Amino acid sequence: MLERGLEEKTYVLNLGPQHPSTHGVLRVELEMEGEFITKADPDIGYGHRGHEHMAENRTYPQFLPNMGRVDYLHALAYNQGYCMAVEKLIGLTVPERGEYIRVITAELNRITSHLLWVGAYLLDLGAFTPILYSFDDRENALDLLDYLTGSRLTYCFYRFGGVPVDIDDDFTEGCRKFIQRLRHRFADYDDLVTKNVIFIHRTRDVGFITQEQCIKYGLTGPMLRGSGIPFDIRKSEPYSVYPQFDFEIPIGEQGDVLDRYLVRVREMEQSLRIIEQALDQIPQGPIMAEKVPKRIKPAAGEVYTAVESARGEFGCFVVSAGDPKPYRIKLRVPSFGNLSILPEIAVDTLVADLVAILGSIDVVVPEIDR
Amino acid sequence: MAQPAEVSLFGMIVGLFGVIGLVTVNALFLIWMERKVSAHMQLRPGPMEVGWHGSIQTIADALKLIGKELITPKDADRWVYLLAPIVVFLPVLLSFLVIPFSQDMVIRDMNVGVLLILAFAALTVLSILMAGWASNNKYSVFGAIRSVAQNVAYEIPLLITLMSIIIMVGSLSLVDVVNAQSRYWFILIQPLAFILYITCATAETNRAPFDLPEAESELVAGFHTEYTGMRFALFFLAEYTNMFIVAAIATVFFLGGWRGPFLPGFAWFFIKVYAIIFLIMWFRWTFPRVRFDQLINFAWKILIPLAFANLIITAFIMKLL
Repeated sequence: MLERGLEEKTYVLNLGPQHPSTHGVLRVELEMEGEFITKADPDIGYGHRGHEHMAENRTYPQFLPNMGRVDYLHALAYNQGYCMAVEKLIGLTVPERGEYIRVITAELNRITSHLLWVGAYLLDLGAFTPILYSFDDRENALDLLDYLTGSRLTYCFYRFGGVPVDIDDDFTEGCRKFIQRLRHRFADYDDLVTKNVIFIHRTRDVGFITQEQCIKYGLTGPMLRGSGIPFDIRKSEPYSVYPQFDFEIPIGEQGDVLDRYLVRVREMEQSLRIIEQALDQIPQGPIMAEKVPKRIKPAAGEVYTAVESARGEFGCFVVSAGDPKPYRIKLRVPSFGNLSILPEIAVDTLVADLVAILGSIDVVVPEIDR
Repeated sequence: MAQPAEVSLFGMIVGLFGVIGLVTVNALFLIWMERKVSAHMQLRPGPMEVGWHGSIQTIADALKLIGKELITPKDADRWVYLLAPIVVFLPVLLSFLVIPFSQDMVIRDMNVGVLLILAFAALTVLSILMAGWASNNKYSVFGAIRSVAQNVAYEIPLLITLMSIIIMVGSLSLVDVVNAQSRYWFILIQPLAFILYITCATAETNRAPFDLPEAESELVAGFHTEYTGMRFALFFLAEYTNMFIVAAIATVFFLGGWRGPFLPGFAWFFIKVYAIIFLIMWFRWTFPRVRFDQLINFAWKILIPLAFANLIITAFIMKLL
């Protein structure tokens, strides 16, 4: 290796699949010149489990638990996307209270996902402490979700036609306390992290993505909004009861790594707003649709639904051939598109920048591999 | 200052065992302290199981490390690879020769004391380079290259900063430096020098935010990626002993060494040293890591000009007085 490295100008460095900063089993093949990267080639597929193929061999309800395991950090968005698709296929309407509970839990889950990202990202940048603070906050949200859904990570909570468990006063109280606490903590994060001069120097002007590049590579979620395009499925193609809430879509100014960080932090604030409004406005009534068929056997047809997950647009395309099992399910995962831009923006950066850029993409590798 | 007229064999043996004992106990204590400090900064209790508040956890860890297999990679440069952990330790031990723990507790008060410590401190780079190169691992080489560039860059402001104190004292002997602070500590009249020194010392010991040679999220473990068992432990031990040495120099040069009321001299010395070590630990658990170009720019464009300015101003004032 060394001998060849001395003769040739460039050499190859394997970043991963076991590396502290690839967040799972992602391998990036780097062609380097000194510490500068001349070519970055992400290599995926180490975590392939064949979820889409599994769908073809399971009935509709049986596939539900799989949806908590594609993107394990924002599992409820996947629950929601899939449930919405099947509901559309068999023509079920979810009662209003059920939709509210879905929104509350999905937004809580979005916050846990972003909190984990904030901690892990700062760990990538070499700050050890923030992850423990964000995990402390995340723990509170996980406890709430645990109380309601019974699980902490791979949720399988939504059902076709609504949700199985109603929220009670304890949960509502806990949510309000959590909102208070997190708002208070954001001020601390701001003081300790966002105003830290080393942090700003590490993230400002690193990993630029222009708006044209965003559209060319099909970026969604905070990656897209970081570059200043206010596209959020919750606003632009509203689903569930999101139109009833007053919230903003935070966008970045330049499209660098710092902007993507700020977008995610502000998104958490907006999620808190949504939860607060939902808790105030939640109507009384049933949480499940009345006539849910015992055996789900939709008529032949196809349907596409999209929800906004913590990483971007999650699309669920279900084709039914009139059987109790889906004919085909295609999952459109945001991380795949988001990661595809890495070779373009990683060129001519240092290894340290690559780690910062890779972290800012917020990839969940099992989601890409499925 | 009382120079020992002749060095007796007995004195040498006592000194040697004293130093080795101090190095070991100090490193064990510092590792425990680091874990406790980091834990309390991170809302967790840290080690609690082995001994009172986990106080002998590091001994258990050391025993575990001794029991681990010593792996030498197939493609490693065998001799250099084996020598590196030993080479890292020798200069560290020798530096203790001249550190004055109290009025009388100094193994050998040489008139080139500062020079000796800095010369030995510079040798640490050699062992890191040896370890990184011989491991034949790309991440290790990265760590080694970074380490060399970093140490060269930061030793210059370090030396210049200390020089401004030496101008004031007029001697390179550490005992003389402490004696010159009988009326006031030098941190009061040289605050900029103290800040510069602590910054450089953090970089010298490869501590965060300047821990680029072993940047975990970038280089896995940097130069000691391939080392296992006691060889790895020696690097670890050397890192913590180095921290002690730079903190000891800071104590001697800026905080009046062993001077202080009521308590005996060595107690004051250790209190001050550990206070500075606590400060360095505090940095590590608070700041993100800087990028390499920023690190080098910071040294050459900010620290070195400032250190020179400080030196020139000090020299000018000393001339006037």
